[in-house]
Amino acid sequence: MPNAFSRAGAVVIGVGNEFRGDDAAGLIVARRLREQASTQAVVLDWEADPAGLLEAWMDANLAIVVDTVVSGAEPGTVQRFDASTVPLPARLAGSSTHALGVAEAIELARALDRLPGRTIVYGIEGSSFSAGAALDPTVERAIDETLTRVVAELGVRP
Amino acid sequence: MTPPLEPRTRSRRIRTDALARVEGEGAMNVRVRDGEVLEVQLRIYEPPRFFEALLRGRSYTEVPDITARICGICPVAYQTSGCLAIEQACGTTVDGPIRELRRLMYCGEWIESHALHLYMLHAPDFLGYESAIHMAADHRELVERALATRKAGNQLLIAIGGRAEHPINPRTGGFYRAPTRDELAPLVEPLQRALEATLDTVALTATLTMPDFERDYEFVALRDDDGRYPIDRGRIVSSGGLDIPAEAFDDHFVEEQVAHSNALHSRFRDGGSYMVGPMARYSLAFDGLSPLARDAAREAGLGPTCRNPFQSIVVRAVELLYAIEEALRLIEAYEQPDPPAVALEPRDGVGCGVSEAPRGILWHRYEIDASGAIRDARIVPPTSQNQRAIEEDLRGFVAGHLDLSDDELQWQCEQAIRNYDPCISCATHFLKLDIERA
Repeated sequence: MPNAFSRAGAVVIGVGNEFRGDDAAGLIVARRLREQASTQAVVLDWEADPAGLLEAWMDANLAIVVDTVVSGAEPGTVQRFDASTVPLPARLAGSSTHALGVAEAIELARALDRLPGRTIVYGIEGSSFSAGAALDPTVERAIDETLTRVVAELGVRP
Repeated sequence: MTPPLEPRTRSRRIRTDALARVEGEGAMNVRVRDGEVLEVQLRIYEPPRFFEALLRGRSYTEVPDITARICGICPVAYQTSGCLAIEQACGTTVDGPIRELRRLMYCGEWIESHALHLYMLHAPDFLGYESAIHMAADHRELVERALATRKAGNQLLIAIGGRAEHPINPRTGGFYRAPTRDELAPLVEPLQRALEATLDTVALTATLTMPDFERDYEFVALRDDDGRYPIDRGRIVSSGGLDIPAEAFDDHFVEEQVAHSNALHSRFRDGGSYMVGPMARYSLAFDGLSPLARDAAREAGLGPTCRNPFQSIVVRAVELLYAIEEALRLIEAYEQPDPPAVALEPRDGVGCGVSEAPRGILWHRYEIDASGAIRDARIVPPTSQNQRAIEEDLRGFVAGHLDLSDDELQWQCEQAIRNYDPCISCATHFLKLDIERA
């Protein structure tokens, strides 16, 4: 619930669809992070309409969003973007399953002064999005890598 | 330099490229030559087709959980139509406080979905912005209103459904747990604020410039058995006089393959297209609206029917107003159902269910056996039912507006598709206009 984490300094949001192959990567990163007892950040799985992200990161000063992307890179590539002051690269826009994607939610938040001071996006390059498909092995490895980098970014020890 | 040809003598091709998305794919082709629209094709890829196969062999109790996954925007519609069909197959009708709770949750989905489409996707078309993001700079209050309204609907879904996306609390026969009156009480104030704001929004939509275009649609919507505006169930009625229960759908409608689309197209068995969604509901169930919603509609210049598809933004605003008011009314009258679900006994049989998704009627049919295993499943979503109407709108609109510049025509063709709030509306700008100069 938004109010429960509105006091949080940091929020980590894993975005994706659990049943669409590599699109689950962000959710898995979030779940594994939550299992780490020392995590101070609020951790959210986000399967809903990304427009709600504007509520989810409200009042946080650091938001880390993890999502599967299709940018043309090799599957399993992890890319880090600092969206605090500039939009995500155009190649990442418009790849959402719904009306507003993560890139659009970030820009909308920026326009409304609702973007956390630091907004970091980790994009895991996916390759297979079939219903019910398993994760690509390269994406499995990318999840581990992303988790390590997110933990480092939060400044907490696993 | 060759001077540009007169609009009426040149060939134009308006084309959409395939969308690189996980869940949906849409494309469109319009070809014009010498003032004649040669071809209009809308291609939509519909995920629910996979779900029909996936449901076979599963237990009847899994219908709400599996079908909720078909759409992130309207899971309650899938759950409700699915539950109604399963309940019919089991020989049960769910009434009283459980039905009212379903309707309340459904209002939450309408509020969320309509607020998103009306403000964030459709309003920028009329106000001349590339997107809601661009619109936010000049119309900040409008975008804030969108987010606050959407959130009020969202909180309803969380309170009743257990979470905002793919609710987990609905089950065949009702709910796993019914919220207490106290749990619903905090929802009232945000809904009241949304109600006030939406009154302004209806008035605002009335000031928008509407392209001049009307068609003589055959409207298809539900008629609520209690005379209320149709949401959670009802008989299927049409402006042509059709009045049938859900189980007679197949006798009157047919789905067929068309060469240019992966999605089935629906039509009347006797051949014609039809329209489902806000304009159809409004035109067939105006009297079911609340006095407040009817007055707001009249003040916005709407009559008791509406045949200009671009005015769907006004109708959607009226429906948003109604859904908020209805949610407040249902909360006020709420009796916690006890038990929260009706016990179902599976038996060999067939059941059909239909409800009004934000985009129009959503029909399910299941065949189950005595053990409760699903033998066959069919789902007919609103967007596939509207495909023909969308194509016909585009054909008629383009033919009547060839004097528009290419940019204007492209803009208004996009708008004409978004009038329907199709499930492919994710692509805010997905049309490409190629001009072939003969």
